[in-house]
Amino acid sequence: MARKINLRIWRGDSTNGGLQDVQVEANEGEVVLDVIHRVQATQMGDLAVRWNCKAGKCGSCSMEINGKPRLACMTQVAAYGEDETITVTPLRAFPVIKDLVTDVSFNYQKAMEIPAYAPPADLKPGEARMEQVDVERSQEFRKCIECFLCQNTCHVIRDHEENKKSFAGPRFFIRIAELDMHPLDILKNRKRTAQEEHGLGMCNITKCCTEVCPEHIKITDNAIIPMKERVVDIKYDPARMFSGLLKREKRN
Amino acid sequence: MTNALERHKYDVLVIGAGGAGLRAAVEARESGLRVAIICKSLFGKAHTVMAEGGAAASMGNANSNDNWKVHFRDTMRGGKFLNHFRMAELHAKESPDRIWELEMWGALFDRTKEGKISQRNFGGHEYPRLAHVGDRTGLELIRTMQQKIVALQQADKREHGDYESHIKVFAELTITEILKENGKIAGAYGYWRESGSEVLFEAPAVIIATGGVGKTFKITSNSWEGTGDGHALALKAGANLVDMEFLQFHPTGMVWPPSVRGILVTESVRGEGGILTNNKGERFMFKYIPDVFKDKYADNEAEADRWYEDQDNNRRPPELLPRDEVARAINSEVKAGRGTEHGGVFLDVSKRLSAEVIKKRLPSMWHQFYELAGVDITKEPMEVGPTCHYVMGGVEVEPDTAAAVGVPGLFAAGEVAGGMHGSNRLGGNSLSDLLVFGRRAGMGAAAYVKQTTATPVSDANVAAAAARIEAPFARSGGENSYSLHAELQEVTHNLVGIIRTGAELKDAIEKIAEIRKRSANVAVAGGRKFNPGFHLAFDLDNMLLVAESTAKSAIGREESRGGHTRDDFPGMDSGWRQYNHISSFDGTQVSVRKQALPFMPKDLFDLFEVDELKKYMTPEEIAKGGSN
Repeated sequence: MARKINLRIWRGDSTNGGLQDVQVEANEGEVVLDVIHRVQATQMGDLAVRWNCKAGKCGSCSMEINGKPRLACMTQVAAYGEDETITVTPLRAFPVIKDLVTDVSFNYQKAMEIPAYAPPADLKPGEARMEQVDVERSQEFRKCIECFLCQNTCHVIRDHEENKKSFAGPRFFIRIAELDMHPLDILKNRKRTAQEEHGLGMCNITKCCTEVCPEHIKITDNAIIPMKERVVDIKYDPARMFSGLLKREKRN
Repeated sequence: MTNALERHKYDVLVIGAGGAGLRAAVEARESGLRVAIICKSLFGKAHTVMAEGGAAASMGNANSNDNWKVHFRDTMRGGKFLNHFRMAELHAKESPDRIWELEMWGALFDRTKEGKISQRNFGGHEYPRLAHVGDRTGLELIRTMQQKIVALQQADKREHGDYESHIKVFAELTITEILKENGKIAGAYGYWRESGSEVLFEAPAVIIATGGVGKTFKITSNSWEGTGDGHALALKAGANLVDMEFLQFHPTGMVWPPSVRGILVTESVRGEGGILTNNKGERFMFKYIPDVFKDKYADNEAEADRWYEDQDNNRRPPELLPRDEVARAINSEVKAGRGTEHGGVFLDVSKRLSAEVIKKRLPSMWHQFYELAGVDITKEPMEVGPTCHYVMGGVEVEPDTAAAVGVPGLFAAGEVAGGMHGSNRLGGNSLSDLLVFGRRAGMGAAAYVKQTTATPVSDANVAAAAARIEAPFARSGGENSYSLHAELQEVTHNLVGIIRTGAELKDAIEKIAEIRKRSANVAVAGGRKFNPGFHLAFDLDNMLLVAESTAKSAIGREESRGGHTRDDFPGMDSGWRQYNHISSFDGTQVSVRKQALPFMPKDLFDLFEVDELKKYMTPEEIAKGGSN
């Protein structure tokens, strides 16, 4: 049941590049990554593409397919029309290294800037007790496979290189939310630092990140919005502001 | 090239950033050493993320009768008593601590009603024993350790002003050579995948944690990374591989559509009550319970079904036999013409569990089938068949330190190490293995580094390693690495697969040698920058050595045991149980010899009923009653 399809692949590096058209065979049930591999094995031996598990679990084969951020291993060729050209391009928010491979080191840098899990000092191994309902909130965010599609699609940084310095992005907002909701984490002010150091306030909840998440994590509804609401409570709560003033007066 | 060569000096170099490598790196760093971690992919993408079911540890949370002795017994039985007893003992004793430790680092396992870590049933384990997070346990493990490494880097930043002062991850870098000076480890050589430029690491200790060899085979659950790099690097560095004939074909890989053939369907599906049927609707596993397991597995449906509610008074369903048994059974059903349309059997969980429970306990399986095969597993059965999943064989190591036998400064842990699982690994024992022995490799390497002096790598050694990387670019019109890889996979699939014969193995050895000869003439198109054709040329070299070692070990072992089934020698032979197969490499070819298997000491021997041991051991061994 093989048929020929038209594939348009972006090829090049950080200095220049462009779209190239190829015809390639596609078999029943194949995903876009399969046909890219076929191109690689038969026509372009040096075509660069990242992939690992080919089962939607590692988040390596992130790219843009007909302009949409997607995992190539989870995108069926059959989802496109018989005569439709499938265009594959590298993630736009990150610098191109070669062909479909981009430099995603921004994300690993941001990961280092989020303070680690902090259990109580007297907690001993094996003694942790947590209710399933309590761990489930954080477990949702720990499903993240770090494909960085949410980072790629987020308009705060997608076309605004200048914002990258002060904006951690949706992947790391769910990391902060995960730790903040972890039943045993004792580090205070995670929400406040999300706002003050990681750019939570720059997000205007358009939910683009949630839409592209292959793990269907409700990034905006379950992580970002609850944190934004709490930040408002903490930072702009009149009672707290008043008591803060009193404390300051006392200190003075 | 040498003039501009990028050079790094570390105390410990860890090759591989899956569970074992990361656990080793944490341990070495916490011993005060400077550590480099080499990742072939991006950080956090290693094949450990694919582990689904869980990590086996006898915490006793689900059944308080569980303890390390029961786990030890199950592991030895699963491996058909070919396991290195000391590794199985350390593993069973230490895995609970390793799981609790992960929890201290932020892992969030599923919970019991009392708020403890929940444990699930799995093949070959007497009690519910697998700590898990739905069916994405591997992801939780790797992310937890990735985040632990970041936590260590944050501490270094506070103390030394630099995140990467004491532990640095080199992502997308491939090691092509382990370097020795005066018979001791001195470092390693490799290239950045991104740029193709070369890197020299100088380190007195190298820990190999490169995982498996699945890509040597056509149908596999492994990603492109599973090309036996560490097995080959170790062989070339003068280490031995033990028992390379033992490969685990996981009974349940996807079979349809073709593009996903081989992708894993977690054993948890059976652990949660999934049943296997053939095209006649027959629940066939009852026909395949081997004698050694007859008293532990139900021989009728009623009892098997009752077991899910009452484990104390019923025997287990035969779907939960060790993986080698289930894989062979499925293979036989399909060969006998009782398979599905696409050459598998049916695995059905929809009849026992509600849609809601299936989506909660097996969420990624539901997605995988829905999105890749158009099958809704809450309503219909899956089609499954055996897939090459895990290599039990690997680097011969000292159990306590994970030191590679014969090469001072070299260590190995995780799937790349041999001995722990004998002839067949139980599900769930891989994640606990990599935690237990990853830590021990880190400790072993740290102790070694503290009593040795680092030797600089000589220019001649560097020049030879550099020349090897350059070679495929200098050729034109040579062989294509993609086609040679496909040819190798055909040979292993057809001749060294799940059922083997002497004649086919002989044929395989010749064909592998022939492909290896041609691979010396591989030419690479394009430049050095992120060039997969170039990368595959080196992976291919490794896979060929692994395949040679496997085929040569397999032709020697004239019996069937665990992950090695000989059609011409169908029985298990207690004489053969007394031997390991040791592969070594002389620079041109792999040779295999027999070596006596270390015998259990009396205290471990006495954990078993003599009647059970009689099924595996010779009368002389039984009479000896354990070594002292």
